[in-house]
Amino acid sequence: MIKVEKLIKRYGANTVLNGIDLSIEKGEIIVVIGPSGTGKSTLLRCINFLECADSGRITLGGLSVDAARASKRDILTLRRQTAFVFQNYALFANKNALANVAERLIIVDGWPKARAHARAREILERIGLADKADAYPAALSGGQQQRVGIGRAMAANAELILFDEPTSALDPEWVDEVLGLMKALAAERQTMLVVTHEMQFARDVADRVIFMDGGRIVEQGPPDKLFTDPQDERTRAFLRKVLAQQPSLAP
Amino acid sequence: MNGLDYDYMMGLAPILLKYLPLTLEMAAAGMLCALVLASLLAIIRVLRIPVLNGATLLFISFFRGTPLLVQLFLFYYGLPQVLAILTQVNGITATILGLTLHFSAYMAESIRAAIVGIDRSQTEAALSIGMTNAQLMRRIILPQATRVAVPTLMNYFIDMIKSTSLAFTLGVTELMGATQKEASGSFLYFEAFLVVAIIYWVVVETLSLLQRWLEKRLNKAFVR
Repeated sequence: MIKVEKLIKRYGANTVLNGIDLSIEKGEIIVVIGPSGTGKSTLLRCINFLECADSGRITLGGLSVDAARASKRDILTLRRQTAFVFQNYALFANKNALANVAERLIIVDGWPKARAHARAREILERIGLADKADAYPAALSGGQQQRVGIGRAMAANAELILFDEPTSALDPEWVDEVLGLMKALAAERQTMLVVTHEMQFARDVADRVIFMDGGRIVEQGPPDKLFTDPQDERTRAFLRKVLAQQPSLAP
Repeated sequence: MNGLDYDYMMGLAPILLKYLPLTLEMAAAGMLCALVLASLLAIIRVLRIPVLNGATLLFISFFRGTPLLVQLFLFYYGLPQVLAILTQVNGITATILGLTLHFSAYMAESIRAAIVGIDRSQTEAALSIGMTNAQLMRRIILPQATRVAVPTLMNYFIDMIKSTSLAFTLGVTELMGATQKEASGSFLYFEAFLVVAIIYWVVVETLSLLQRWLEKRLNKAFVR
């Protein structure tokens, strides 16, 4: 089980995360929604220690650390049990698709190159990019790059994969292939924490939807409950606005 | 004006070319050492390592702020008067040392600029998969920075090859020193220095071809 307790993150006078408590069961798929600038991405980045929280506790895979006092070693240990999928893909520009997926296995997990490449090929096969193994990121479409980004996260065999708006930077034509891959991962009960504006995905896939506003978790629950019967006025206002843009989802 | 003595020039070229290997060796050794030193200095600057950062700034300031010829004289003729052990150092070693220090100061800044220019997302991606800072540098940042830095580094290498000619002021008979000797024997200064100029020119042009090839290779990953 993964646990986040009383997580607080400030940038100067601005409190971005204002005491986040969250526990995630193994195999649970959680989607985080909410207006821009409410700390959704920051929450993910603090769990991965791309940002250091000012206070709070993070528990993952048997290691529990005070976020403000985490040692370099703790941070590395925690990071190695999570994987991150970035909004802008962030593939290693100097490495081809195969090497992007295999890099972690070779460098972090110390696998022999041949074994890591074999595993990376399996993953490329799964994400439908076996024929692009030798292609560099610059030669791939946005959708393909993001699928490799997810493949890189899959290679980590992580306790938890963090998705930070994985389809927001994509042209609409590539969104479905990326969401499709995420659905396939969800079907295998890969534990996932997903920040997204794709409400249909949240509805179809999430076990639990979390609505964040102003650095806090305002409301959470199973998608059919949260989408049809939101309790808090802020949730209702947000859903009205979003569902007006995605009318097919209106209850 | 008298005509050029072509026969003398044709005869001189093979004699001078025998000294080309020494020139190239000094430049290659200087470049190799300068690359290592400059990379270290650049990393110190990028990571702002306390104390070392200040020392690096002073180093760069001095070696960019004084002429190479002054530095060579300082090391070869000056320092041994203060540190007796340095009297053992010959002209070739002193030249390589001088070239290393002088050019690493320049190269450190262009390597630093190349490193700083790499998109932040590359660093985040590497950290997110659990790389250490050293792994991040070695596997992701430096390979990408190399591509950016190569054109300017090759310029410095070309400059360094030409700067080896200063070694003759330390009594080293390299390409320039040999030309000087030949010319003062024959009194055909124009012919002699024209020949040596052409030799330097051809070497540098050959290197420019190599540079183009190298840049193309390094850009391979970045073309659509």
